[in-house]
Amino acid sequence: MRQKSASGGKTTLLCSRRELQLSIEMNAKMEDSSGNLIEFRDVSFRINDILNRLIVLGVSLEIPQGETLVLLGRSGSGKTTLLRLINAMLLPTQGQVLVKGRSTAEWDRICLRRGIGYVIQEAGLFPHFTVAENVALVPSLEKWDRERTAARVRELLSLVGLDASEFAKRRPRELSGGQRQRVGVARALAADPPILLMDEPFGALDPVTRAEMQREFRALAQRLQKTIVFVTHDLREALLLASRIVLLEAGRIVAVAPPREFLQIDHPEVRAFAASLGTNSGAPA
Amino acid sequence: MSPDVSNWSFFSEHREEILSATLDHMTLVVIAMGIAILIAVPLGMFIVQRPAPRAIALGIANIFQTIPSLALFGFLIPIPFIGGIGKRTAIVALVLYALLPILRNTYVGLSGIDPAVLEAAEAMGMTQAQILFRVRFPLALAVILAGIRTATIITIGIATIAAAIGAGGLGTFIFRGVALVSDSLILAGAIPAALLALLADFLLGLVERQLRVV
Repeated sequence: MRQKSASGGKTTLLCSRRELQLSIEMNAKMEDSSGNLIEFRDVSFRINDILNRLIVLGVSLEIPQGETLVLLGRSGSGKTTLLRLINAMLLPTQGQVLVKGRSTAEWDRICLRRGIGYVIQEAGLFPHFTVAENVALVPSLEKWDRERTAARVRELLSLVGLDASEFAKRRPRELSGGQRQRVGVARALAADPPILLMDEPFGALDPVTRAEMQREFRALAQRLQKTIVFVTHDLREALLLASRIVLLEAGRIVAVAPPREFLQIDHPEVRAFAASLGTNSGAPA
Repeated sequence: MSPDVSNWSFFSEHREEILSATLDHMTLVVIAMGIAILIAVPLGMFIVQRPAPRAIALGIANIFQTIPSLALFGFLIPIPFIGGIGKRTAIVALVLYALLPILRNTYVGLSGIDPAVLEAAEAMGMTQAQILFRVRFPLALAVILAGIRTATIITIGIATIAAAIGAGGLGTFIFRGVALVSDSLILAGAIPAALLALLADFLLGLVERQLRVV
């Protein structure tokens, strides 16, 4: 039955109701069994260009419901690629990525993505939309009615600490970097997706705003109980936010541990990251 | 008598002729621009993510632009259906000239969108069509309009040559003036054409500024 609706979903562009209903049911099932919301099964990814480089190599990883998993690694270690494999922006060359028990290759991509929030470094807000319109993007794609959308926008803006009456009508260029990123988070949460993907969301912010956003985000994540996959190259950020840290090096997982145990791991790449802690100003969280 | 005074009296004596030629001229330009926009903007949307058709379309539009306008009018006369003497041929030629600036700006505008915005759009579950019409197109509109503005000004100028193949317009005065060695006649065509171009530039510039939301 799953198969049938998956292939049926591919013919329609808009996310069909049946597909959504199905994902809600799957959700409920996942919550019951407290199973893995996301699972990588021996996943490799090769860039389809002349160099044909392997970006991700044999990654297996289970991400249970409610976890805040941080993918940590240097630039080019494959962490963003792993993230993009989850919402089918990329499909694995080998192996499978399962989301809610179903391979991303089988999912209707549009439906899959509407059920996954996505936050990136520069926020990627639509410059021609107001803040409210940006936040309401997925609800508008899902054709929510006006009142429900407006109520949701107000709720989300206050959730991320922005006063709706002051900010709703502004355009992204009239916001500071931190405010833009808050709107980005609100937009990602708009349709209440169970999964949130974040690609160095605070990377472009000044250190003070960054620390502020990290603290607030940690509180928010604990309150919302979403499954969050968070990409960063900043060990301090990883230690602060993660329930589990996955360290990547050249497309492979080299260490997996909760923050408390992470620094004790005896691996050269872990030591390299730990050494970077000392060079940063201020005490680690 | 100074040439100024003779020109002025010529203008006032032939006011109605000049006015009707100006209207003819505007008609040519408006029809040609309308057709060119209807061809070039959708074509530009089509070629944004298709490199091979893009090279061909921009190449062809480029070639038309390099043909001297008088020669293009001449080439079109013997062609059946679109050719012959008169307005229709002139409009075809003007459309061919207007294509490149609009097509190029449409392509540049649509392809110059911030990659982070496009990535977010895709990741939020927008379809390719939704990304094109709700994100790329509105953000490219000011650039597309700049292309339309350029094309309009070029077309107003080139349309004076359309008189050579009997399409009417302000070029009629210019060609007659050249034949009769009359400055007054040449100016009777050239001044309104220049004013039209300035006016079009100004008005389209206003609209363009309105659309530049970012």
